[in-house]
Amino acid sequence: MAKKLRQLAIYGKGGIGKSTTTQNTVAGLASLGKKIMIVGCDPKADSTRLILHAKAQETVMDKVRELGTVEDLELEDVLREGYAGVKCVESGGPEPGVGCAGRGVITAINFLEEEGAYTPDLDFVFYDVLGDVVCGGFAMPIRENKAQEIYIVVSGEMMAMYAANNICKGIVKYAASGSVRLGGLICNSRNTDKEAELIEALAAKLGTQMIHFVPRDNQVQRAELRRMTVIEYSPEHKQAEEYRELARKIDENKMLVVPNPLTMDELEGLLMEFGIIEEEDEEIIGKAETA
Amino acid sequence: MEKENSVTKAPLEGIEKEKTEALIEETLELYTEKARKKREPHMTANDPGVEGCTVKSNRKTVPGVMSARGCAYAGAKGVVWGPIRDMVHISHGPVGCGYYSWGTRRNLVEGTMGVDVFSGMQFTSDFQEKDIVYGGDKKLETICNEVRELFPLAKGISVLSECPVGLIGDDINAVAKKASEELQIPVVPCNCEGFRGVSQSLGHHISNDTIRDYIIGTREFAEPATDYDIALIGDYNIGGDAWASKKILEEMGLNVKAIWTGDGQIEHIAATHQVKLNLIHCYRSMNYMAKVMEEKYGIPWMEFNFFGPTKIASSLRAIAARFDQKIQDNAEKIIAEYQPRMQAVIDEYRPRLEGKRVMLFVGGLRPRHTIGAYEDLGMEIIAAGYEFAHNDDYERTYEEMAKGTLVFDDASEIELEKWAEAYRPDLVASGVKEKYVFQKAGIPFRQMHSWDYSGPYHAYDGFPIFARDMDMAINSPTWGLVKAPF
Repeated sequence: MAKKLRQLAIYGKGGIGKSTTTQNTVAGLASLGKKIMIVGCDPKADSTRLILHAKAQETVMDKVRELGTVEDLELEDVLREGYAGVKCVESGGPEPGVGCAGRGVITAINFLEEEGAYTPDLDFVFYDVLGDVVCGGFAMPIRENKAQEIYIVVSGEMMAMYAANNICKGIVKYAASGSVRLGGLICNSRNTDKEAELIEALAAKLGTQMIHFVPRDNQVQRAELRRMTVIEYSPEHKQAEEYRELARKIDENKMLVVPNPLTMDELEGLLMEFGIIEEEDEEIIGKAETA
Repeated sequence: MEKENSVTKAPLEGIEKEKTEALIEETLELYTEKARKKREPHMTANDPGVEGCTVKSNRKTVPGVMSARGCAYAGAKGVVWGPIRDMVHISHGPVGCGYYSWGTRRNLVEGTMGVDVFSGMQFTSDFQEKDIVYGGDKKLETICNEVRELFPLAKGISVLSECPVGLIGDDINAVAKKASEELQIPVVPCNCEGFRGVSQSLGHHISNDTIRDYIIGTREFAEPATDYDIALIGDYNIGGDAWASKKILEEMGLNVKAIWTGDGQIEHIAATHQVKLNLIHCYRSMNYMAKVMEEKYGIPWMEFNFFGPTKIASSLRAIAARFDQKIQDNAEKIIAEYQPRMQAVIDEYRPRLEGKRVMLFVGGLRPRHTIGAYEDLGMEIIAAGYEFAHNDDYERTYEEMAKGTLVFDDASEIELEKWAEAYRPDLVASGVKEKYVFQKAGIPFRQMHSWDYSGPYHAYDGFPIFARDMDMAINSPTWGLVKAPF
């Protein structure tokens, strides 16, 4: 029986830990015997370093630049295998302030499709996407026939939750025209107050679930210094078990929904309920301290 | 220019305001309510001076309506910058924009192509995926260096942005500044991305602004100044138009120091701030710079019209009035000298063209400026419209047209077809996009953007050709021989 390929995209606020979470989760799935490809959709190209033990993988766009045209590019030029046979590709793109990184993502994904990178033996494709979906290019992974499941990495910090809610708006837009659904929120803990409860509450309001609460542990950083996932560096460590647990939950996840994004008022209400922000006092708005 | 025909135009037989209004109503009925609402203000039955009988213009084309308009890049490349012969004009972006605008306007030039003249060549940065993703600025820099190396006689470079450049934010201004310093020639960045504005008209404006910012005032004329130094602004030398115009201005005793931009030379354009008077033919595309030169350098400017002997004579007199008796005498001498020749042309063609009716739909100047030439041949303008004109163009048009004639803006194919069907004009004079529609309908047609591979049409040299071409179109035996299969 042919396996059904599941394509997942990981979104979330910049700096929230998408790449680390993705690679550790992928390593967890791989340790369960799954066949996986990671497609890094960020010009920084740091979505695969822990799997490949590499500083930075040569990217699709780097190679395109070198060869002149995308037509001359071969899959083996840009596809690498890392820990437990995980296939890795980075779309790549320009330095900040020049060119169009979004187009780079589109070019890279089109290239992978045309060159047959999506082989039948794969169980999962993970798209690790730049934090801020600033233009259509970064929405490419959730457009028709690409990722069907979105997981949003979030924490109990206000801006991370704003970002998660905004990403849900994007999902709603593409859910109407395709099959993309929200699979859940991954809470990458920042040790804020009542964090798990808050994210559970946000998930409930969005109509989804907090699929896992990943506690903060410096073992992640110790592994990263060695350009490794926790799973590979210290498979017996309790943090490795957290990621394996997340991997299992994702593997078994059946709760795929079209989210109900919150209005600004609703989101702020939630934050007030949990004491993240204060009740708005019209008197103090726009007033400097010394005024 | 003095309005020599402030007297109302003679009425045209069978053309009545009420009938035209009824036709407009019928035309608008072809539309959905929403489209109708948008199109309604863009057409009127002419009634000069009467409130409400004006046309709305320079608005976005209604989606779903085929438009004859171009884009900002087209206005910059095809109209203002492209004709400057001794510069290299780089179409910055993917290859198509440059390729399909290559040589389409027939801006004639003197010189040797590839040696001291480059306007007939196509330069493009030919964007690939990698240039979009990583930016095309380095490539642009390389091209500028290569241009300098390959074409040492090139006097400057214009960098004309295509759409993607505006999206990816290539800093062409920085590249141009650096290249300009290193190569010691003007390198002018022109942010004329096609998606900006509603038509090519914005491209004209942006280009004028770049001439203002980068070119004007940067050179001096080699020869000492005289009281008779003028510049010819807004003549693109289509089919040799500017040469015909320059010829009679010089015969009149004026020194045409610079032409903007037909057969143009960048160093002459750059020194135009030294002339005594700017004569502007295409007001729509270059009034901006005429006004800038007036404000900044105190150079007066005047509009003129070199289509057809009547307008030529009145324009020559109006121009001469700005100078001394010698020039005024010369003007009369020239008019007297050419008039019999023009009369001979009229005597030959007018009997075959008398009473023939014309529907005009051109860019931003010719629908009003060519009326006099048609009238010299006894022809009647029953409808006239512009692709991309502004209010000031329409204000200059109403009085040139008889009461009750149709004046329109940015017409769609369905409107044009409806009017052609209603009027059955003897000639439609418009652009290449319209040409075959009307020819297939059995209506004689002249392409009035680049004179259908003919020209010049300007000045005394142009009128005999204009007359011949209109006669050729209308009285061709072809129309009697073809029979529509339907």
